[in-house]
Amino acid sequence: MSLPDFDFVAAKSLKEASDLARERGNRCVFMAGGTDIIPLLKDNLLKGIDTVIGLECIPELDKLEFADGEGLRIGALTKLHSIQNSPLVKEKMPAVAQAAHYVASSQIRRKGTMAGNISNASPSADTASILLAMNASVKTYASGGGRTIPIGNFFTGVKKTCLEKDKGEIVTEIDIPELKPGEGSAYYKHAVRKAMDLAIIGVAAWVKMAGRKVGDCRIAMGGVGVTPLRAFNAEKLLKGAEITDELLEEAGVAASGECHPISDVRASAEYRADMVRVYTKRAIKTALETMKA
Amino acid sequence: MKRIIRFKLNGEEVEEYVQDSITMCDFLRKQMHLSGTKRGCEEGECGACTILLDGGAIDSCLMLAAEADGHEIVTIEGVMKDGVLHPLQREFMDKWALQCGFCTPGMIMSALSLLNENPHPTELEIRDGIAGNLCRCTGYAKIVEAIGAAAEVMEREARA
Ligand SMILES: Cc1cc2nc3c(=O)[nH]c(=O)nc-3n(C[C@@H](O)[C@@H](O)[C@H](O)COP(=O)(O)OP(=O)(O)OC[C@H]3O[C@@H](n4cnc5c(N)ncnc54)[C@H](O)[C@@H]3O)c2cc1C
Ligand code: FES
Ligand code: FES
Repeated sequence: MSLPDFDFVAAKSLKEASDLARERGNRCVFMAGGTDIIPLLKDNLLKGIDTVIGLECIPELDKLEFADGEGLRIGALTKLHSIQNSPLVKEKMPAVAQAAHYVASSQIRRKGTMAGNISNASPSADTASILLAMNASVKTYASGGGRTIPIGNFFTGVKKTCLEKDKGEIVTEIDIPELKPGEGSAYYKHAVRKAMDLAIIGVAAWVKMAGRKVGDCRIAMGGVGVTPLRAFNAEKLLKGAEITDELLEEAGVAASGECHPISDVRASAEYRADMVRVYTKRAIKTALETMKA
Repeated sequence: MKRIIRFKLNGEEVEEYVQDSITMCDFLRKQMHLSGTKRGCEEGECGACTILLDGGAIDSCLMLAAEADGHEIVTIEGVMKDGVLHPLQREFMDKWALQCGFCTPGMIMSALSLLNENPHPTELEIRDGIAGNLCRCTGYAKIVEAIGAAAEVMEREARA
């Protein structure tokens, strides 16, 4: 399996990459770590591509910073491996480190990025659900001005995002709001094997307690729809209520009722929906257990 | 297109004329005649093609040769130093951690990268470090054992 012929351009700046993308339009793709792009090119699943625009040499996109009172800023070129191993991420947002660790193998995490993981927009991408639950935002560069996209608006379909190709729009950063006292989050991936396996489903939860009651919460599900999905009905049940085992079960049932799984080689639709019920409960429990004091 | 890239390969500066659309794995095998790096699944699943990029293990089938420009690459051929096998290589032999040997170069590169970052890994950490390397023969137990033993040897040698 060799690669089809193409030109590789290692862009030196965002402007160069973006301008070239506008010029070449549908004949080009951006490449960060290449762990999605290279297999797609090999399998000839990207038709008519004659230019691969490498982003790796663009300065300042490899960063991992935490600002007190704000949160975590992850550069578009920061490797999943760095996110997984960062003491800062592990301390401030363990669920984000865990989600990064869930992706593939250490070889792939040393090359692959979180920005690539979400830009590839696979419905089962492991970092998508936790970003959705934690209300992250995606910063971009584009000709005519970049923008800040709430993660909830980012995914538009299977392998589709709201990034504007005709503007040469590039993800520069992913921002995740800080966990405040009384807030916790968690992500669970359910797969057949512990490593090197795509998720059958994934569930992420973010919970904010107000005294004994749930002040606010977000639940996100991966692998059960054309995009990662929010479980709004389950969230509604939880808000303002006291956590009991019965309530968790009701929330799990609600979440499983609002997902839209398909049956494929990995699992049947029924199994997926039922696993959403189980893992919704687990994710909420772990979010509460790991809550910031 | 073709381009000239300059990078460090197994400790030596090299300058090569490469095709844009060739993977690092094919470049190493076909152009550099370094066939220790194996070509297995060619899509990141098996780890037989594992090499070190700036000290960290990656799958060379998921990297373009052109990306190596300005970086440092180490392949299995660069692991032996001055005619002496690396402790990992010795332990793989002594502990019978290989049968057909097809996965071995990749396993050793992943293990090398793991021990660079974490000189005292637990068994779980070793298993996580080689989770991206498939072996169809050994059942992994001997491989995990060999990596653990090599870590001990490396520590002893560093102290001596
Ligand atoms: C064997 C194997 C197993 C895997 N297992 C998992 C798994 O368990 N879980 C999981 O979630 N994923 C898995 N993946 C996919 C995972 O490796 C990728 O999604 C990775 O995170 C993508 O990052 P990258 O930097 O390699 O992206 P690339 O391949 O470089 O790019 C991916 C896509 O994003 C676009 N892109 C990249 N960066 C930007 C940017 N800054 N701005 C705009 N667009 C951009 C590219 O054009 C492309 O469309 C697996 C992949 C392989 C090969
Ligand atoms: S050949 Fe590269 S991972 Fe299998
Ligand atoms: S020794 Fe044969 S594949 Fe590992």
